[in-house]
Amino acid sequence: MTTTLAPRARSRSGATRPATRRRSRQSRRRAVTGYLLVSPALLLSILIVVLPGILTLLFAFTDWNGIGFDAEFIGLQNFQDILADPVFATSLKNNITWLILFLTLPVVIGLLTAALLLRRKRMRTFYQVVFLMPYVLAPVVNALVWQTIIYNPNGGVFGLLQLAPPTAGQSTSLYAAAAVDMWHYWGFLTVVYLGAMRQTPVDQVEAATVDGAGAWKVFLHVYLPSIRPTLLLMGVMTVIFSFLAFDYVYLLTQGGPAHSSEVMGTYAYAFAFSSFQFGKAAAVGLVMSFFGLLASVLYTWISRRDLLR
Amino acid sequence: MKTPFRSVIGHLVLAVFAVTALVPLVLVLLNSFKDNSEILGNPFRLPESLSVDNFVTAWNYGQFTEGFVNSILLTGTTVVVVLICSSLAGYVLAGQKVRSWPVIMVYLTMAMTVPIQLFIFPLYSVAANAGLTDNVFVVGVILAAINMPFATFLMRTFFLNVPVEVEEAAVVDGLNTFQLVTRVLFPMVRPGLITVGVIVGLNAWNEFLISSTFLQDRDTKTLTLGFLTMNGTFSTDIGTMMAGALILIVPILAVFIALQRYVVDGMASGAVKG
Repeated sequence: MTTTLAPRARSRSGATRPATRRRSRQSRRRAVTGYLLVSPALLLSILIVVLPGILTLLFAFTDWNGIGFDAEFIGLQNFQDILADPVFATSLKNNITWLILFLTLPVVIGLLTAALLLRRKRMRTFYQVVFLMPYVLAPVVNALVWQTIIYNPNGGVFGLLQLAPPTAGQSTSLYAAAAVDMWHYWGFLTVVYLGAMRQTPVDQVEAATVDGAGAWKVFLHVYLPSIRPTLLLMGVMTVIFSFLAFDYVYLLTQGGPAHSSEVMGTYAYAFAFSSFQFGKAAAVGLVMSFFGLLASVLYTWISRRDLLR
Repeated sequence: MKTPFRSVIGHLVLAVFAVTALVPLVLVLLNSFKDNSEILGNPFRLPESLSVDNFVTAWNYGQFTEGFVNSILLTGTTVVVVLICSSLAGYVLAGQKVRSWPVIMVYLTMAMTVPIQLFIFPLYSVAANAGLTDNVFVVGVILAAINMPFATFLMRTFFLNVPVEVEEAAVVDGLNTFQLVTRVLFPMVRPGLITVGVIVGLNAWNEFLISSTFLQDRDTKTLTLGFLTMNGTFSTDIGTMMAGALILIVPILAVFIALQRYVVDGMASGAVKG
């Protein structure tokens, strides 16, 4: 501001021209500085995430074996092979089961515990820390702990109860993996929901209470509508991550027995790193991402007003 | 709290879920001291003696010394790269310093949801051809790129809370952009840096898919991957497995409890404000 005022004081006639020129040069320099400051973050993301992502898009239509970049264009062959494979159908079905599980159980538990913690100010921190403990531990640790001391028929809790290990049964294997993932995940939802509920305007809650609404009515008609954006956002994130599920399935069942717990993530990974059919892996990766992309576009659309505030 | 009965039920529900979260971790603690004959009886029984044999076996076989070093190097790389890049970008986006900031925001939102499975196969192939696999620093940078959009959003919300007057005053005082950022803004968003650092650090420390793909060599394995190699050999030796698990669990829970305020705040605000 001081720089634009100085020349005007010196010469009255024709002072506006150099002033605007100087201002534009300065604002241009500021814009360059701005772009310079964002560029490291953007460059890293583009080089490591977006460019290889585009390569996947191209390689999905080739017979690429992952070694070097010689690949033959084979059109839709990879997609036709996958669609004809019954294991792909199982994987897709398992991803949808996974999605339904994660959109219900952890959400209900998260909402219930968050609502209960809302008025218990003294115990709030304690419970949040305990609920988050499984969430901050590595999937490798959580999966091996459950496999060794809970699902283990020889010396684990299931052995003590004389139950068959659920990871070994074709009808239970997917649920055994999902159970560990949900055990590790729901505490995160409690913390997120509680954070959102605490931003509900106090006067709305008080008004409802004065009107004679009980705890349940207040939750249903005041808190729930107030955290709708958060519920929606976490829902969209759950859709994306359900189609990408990998860690707990791979660690606990490797997709077995007999592909019964195969999800698209483990299915694609096996193509790439067991049989070196990187083209097919890319095709499955593309299908998985398509579902995520739908949710992602939806999410960007929903949160557009928030983003550009 | 009109009805004490309902309050008791509420506490009971919370306690049940707390126990659910804790039981597997308590089982790890109880069984890490037992030898196998003790465990096969009942996993819930207290250990008869506090022998550290299991811990020594687990530490040596899982190569935990190398694991700790590799995990610290990898996580340190990710955290440093993310903190520098995301705070610079977050500052620009919060102040709307570039005209195309809405485009960048939409780009970051999309990038945040790009699945690892969409880019891991070509990325691995390029890295393998360039001899960049089995390198913890490379994996650290890859994980930094993956965490960047989320971290940038979080840093942006912290910069949004810095009053405009502070920046204006600094400019009037003749500070250049670099001085402004390092001397005025960084100290003001320090809680944000800690929050982002802890959450991204935990993500990097715990990561599995990228690390296990890119770090195949025994000497470059992180702590969690070293623990995973024990699985085949010691799958029948529950005590040693639990001792290994405990070695991995204790430092993470210690860091988490010490910094829980930042983790909880970061999760709540990050998700609410997108």
